[in-house]
Amino acid sequence: MRKQVTQNLGFGLLFLCITTALFFLGTIIYFITVRGVRILSWDFLTEVPKEAMTAGGVAPAIMGTFYLTVGSIIIALPLGVACAIYLTEYSPRSFVVNIIRMSINNLAGVPSVVFGLFGLAVFVKLFGFGVSVFSGCCTLGILVLPQIISAAQEALLAVPQSYREASLALGATHWQTIRSTVLPTALPGIMTGAILSIGRVAGETAPILFTAATFYMRGFPKSIFSEVMALPYHIYALMTEGTHPEQQTQIAYGCALILLFLVLSISAAAIILRQRQRKGYE
Amino acid sequence: MKNKMMFAVLAAFLSTGLIAGVYGFSAKNLTVKGSTTVLPIAQSCAEAFMNKHPDINISVQGGGSGVGIASLIDGTCDIADASRLIKDKEMQKAKSKGIDPYENAVAIDGIAVVVHPSNPVDKLTKDQIKDIYTGEISNWKDLGGDNKKIAVVSRDSASGTFEVFGELALDKERVRPDALLQASNQAVAQTVSRTKGAIGYLGLSYLSPRIKAVAVNGVEPTKSNVVDGSYMLARNLFMYTDGAPQGLVKKFIDFVLSEDGQKLAEKAGYIPVN
Amino acid sequence: MDRLKEKIYKWIFTLLAFASLFFLVGITLTLFIEGLPAFQEVGFFDFILGQDWYPTYSPPDYGILPLILGTLWVTIGAVLICVPIGVGSALFINEIAGKRLKSILKPIIEILAGIPSIVYGFFGMVIVAPFIQKLLNLPVGLTAFTGSLMLGIMATPTVCSISEDALSCVPRSFREASLAVGATRWQTLTKVTFPAAASGISTSIILGMSRAVGETMTVLMVTGGAAVIPHTFFQAVRPMTSTIAAEMGEAVMGSTHYHALFGIGLILFFITFIFNIIAELISRRFRLKLGLGR
Repeated sequence: MRKQVTQNLGFGLLFLCITTALFFLGTIIYFITVRGVRILSWDFLTEVPKEAMTAGGVAPAIMGTFYLTVGSIIIALPLGVACAIYLTEYSPRSFVVNIIRMSINNLAGVPSVVFGLFGLAVFVKLFGFGVSVFSGCCTLGILVLPQIISAAQEALLAVPQSYREASLALGATHWQTIRSTVLPTALPGIMTGAILSIGRVAGETAPILFTAATFYMRGFPKSIFSEVMALPYHIYALMTEGTHPEQQTQIAYGCALILLFLVLSISAAAIILRQRQRKGYE
Repeated sequence: MKNKMMFAVLAAFLSTGLIAGVYGFSAKNLTVKGSTTVLPIAQSCAEAFMNKHPDINISVQGGGSGVGIASLIDGTCDIADASRLIKDKEMQKAKSKGIDPYENAVAIDGIAVVVHPSNPVDKLTKDQIKDIYTGEISNWKDLGGDNKKIAVVSRDSASGTFEVFGELALDKERVRPDALLQASNQAVAQTVSRTKGAIGYLGLSYLSPRIKAVAVNGVEPTKSNVVDGSYMLARNLFMYTDGAPQGLVKKFIDFVLSEDGQKLAEKAGYIPVN
Repeated sequence: MDRLKEKIYKWIFTLLAFASLFFLVGITLTLFIEGLPAFQEVGFFDFILGQDWYPTYSPPDYGILPLILGTLWVTIGAVLICVPIGVGSALFINEIAGKRLKSILKPIIEILAGIPSIVYGFFGMVIVAPFIQKLLNLPVGLTAFTGSLMLGIMATPTVCSISEDALSCVPRSFREASLAVGATRWQTLTKVTFPAAASGISTSIILGMSRAVGETMTVLMVTGGAAVIPHTFFQAVRPMTSTIAAEMGEAVMGSTHYHALFGIGLILFFITFIFNIIAELISRRFRLKLGLGR
């Protein structure tokens, strides 16, 4: 009897935990959606900022976020996949592999603002790329590298060993096996991982603070060496450097909603895809 | 099948990016970078300027006076916004790189000291303000007011307003560490209007009936007093260029200093230089 | 010919595999090169233990103790919020929720883990801070508590998700054995499943802490930014990350202030580095304990 009461109490407590978590997160999404929707319109998505950033739209910021995201994935994806291929297909279980694994894990834990400092010192200053799309993409690319590696690794490990053996038995070389058997099978999984990291990159602010972001420009960057506006930075700039809080808070709500929608829908798509794939392998 | 779709989606993404990248390629470019205090002026002027000259592209960046001047020296921006004069160290560095920073004063920033409207104190000397902010005086009764603890409100140390106030009113002495630090002029106004014993400081344009501005050294904080130089809590805002402005840079600086430009500066909360 | 090609490919992959290590070393080197001058110019102990952070005054003070303590307070607060809620949620998902509910909740939590930090910062600034100010009748709503709250909520999905992974690694046989000897589900959970997964769960807590320590935008927007040694939770603080983000723009390139900010970055880097190593060691032991290999 007592046991039953304790169990019910305990389960109740756990239920409370998850409802609290979902409640808080739900509140955030609710407020941002309800207040952000008011300002959202076609013009808001396609216009440039007007009248001292109190009217108009945020098109350059949306486009800038798009550039930064795509650019950083283009940089990180080949590198990440290559690293994952080495770790799963070539790696002798050894000291070297341990070191690489360790460095991936640690790189994943480095605070985002530290990536910003690194980008500032190396890409902006040392290499002289300046505050630019390119510097931002490089910084963000390094930031998502660990995530892409582990996603690619998971996808490669899920490829049944028998595929490899069959290919090798037919006389294919190691590389041929990887290229024409392993990679194509793992590709959907790798792409899912890449999509998932898009969500992460799109929302990052601290790394682009000193490396890519600009407060105001009209239109889109003319080359990869010019600076860009970006959604997350735009929210920050409006809230801290704006001089017309009434209108600018509204615009910031709109940006937050767009960003939230983008990030959540991208990661939702990726996570659902991944679940299907995992089931497929089982 | 699935793979092909993935590639198609990716290809579509990339091509939109490329098309958008080529778009607007022929425009002339100008980068303005620096102090967040000058940012609103630079932004609204850039906007109006681009409306007049659609072929020109101006990018306006914050970052702070230090970043602006450093970028001017590095040659990564054309105009550096600054809420302070260039420092000797920066000047030396510029000279060694063959850059000749040229200062253009574009507006004046006035700072008002404000208290709650119910507070009987309506004038303070500079030394009294300094004593309040450094913690020497902590009760209004020492200043001829009610027996009430003073709640000191300040801007956070990253802001230009904080820097100027520290220089002009506090002789660079330190604000007592327990001061409430607010991130914007608006927030200072709000806190002071809600807290009876509060004292704060903010840009002149943020004055409202909900807060009371005090006279400093007997001079009221009005625009005319700032312009004629009798009100002491004011400073110039600058746009630094490499040498006297030329070409496109000159065109833009001229616009900022024109009647239209100065009107925009006033709208952004500052006082015109002319 | 083919053999040569094979060798070349292998070498290319080996080389690229070192990218992470290369970047990690690059980051460390950069921080050392740019940050060490601060330790030299200010003095190691004056830098770490100095109680005043007045970088823009003359003479300046570069004591980062208030910043370290700011980070510490906010992190402790965040951990107090995210650990019970996150681990509790994980236990709920793993132990109580049915298969169907689990297959909905798990992805939802994972998706929520992706909400960008700027959104939390923005939300904290416009909704939570005014609310807390009114509720507790404070002069300002931007306090260490607000920061802890936002960070705690933010880290909850991460903690929950990793804890759940650890729980689902516990072999089914453990639970079945416990239930078979007549233990209730609650007893099984507290006496068998939870202890078996404990080190995996502690990994999640450490990673959650590491995230809270390194988080920038949220704390920058909601903690108020006063560089003082905090005495209560309802006071503005200035964590290390937000100091870097807020002041990098004002620092004169190559000045002591500039180096000091890199110095703070270096310390941050080491704190998270140590957290990660600990997490790694614990999770390795955890896997050995459950006989999972690798």
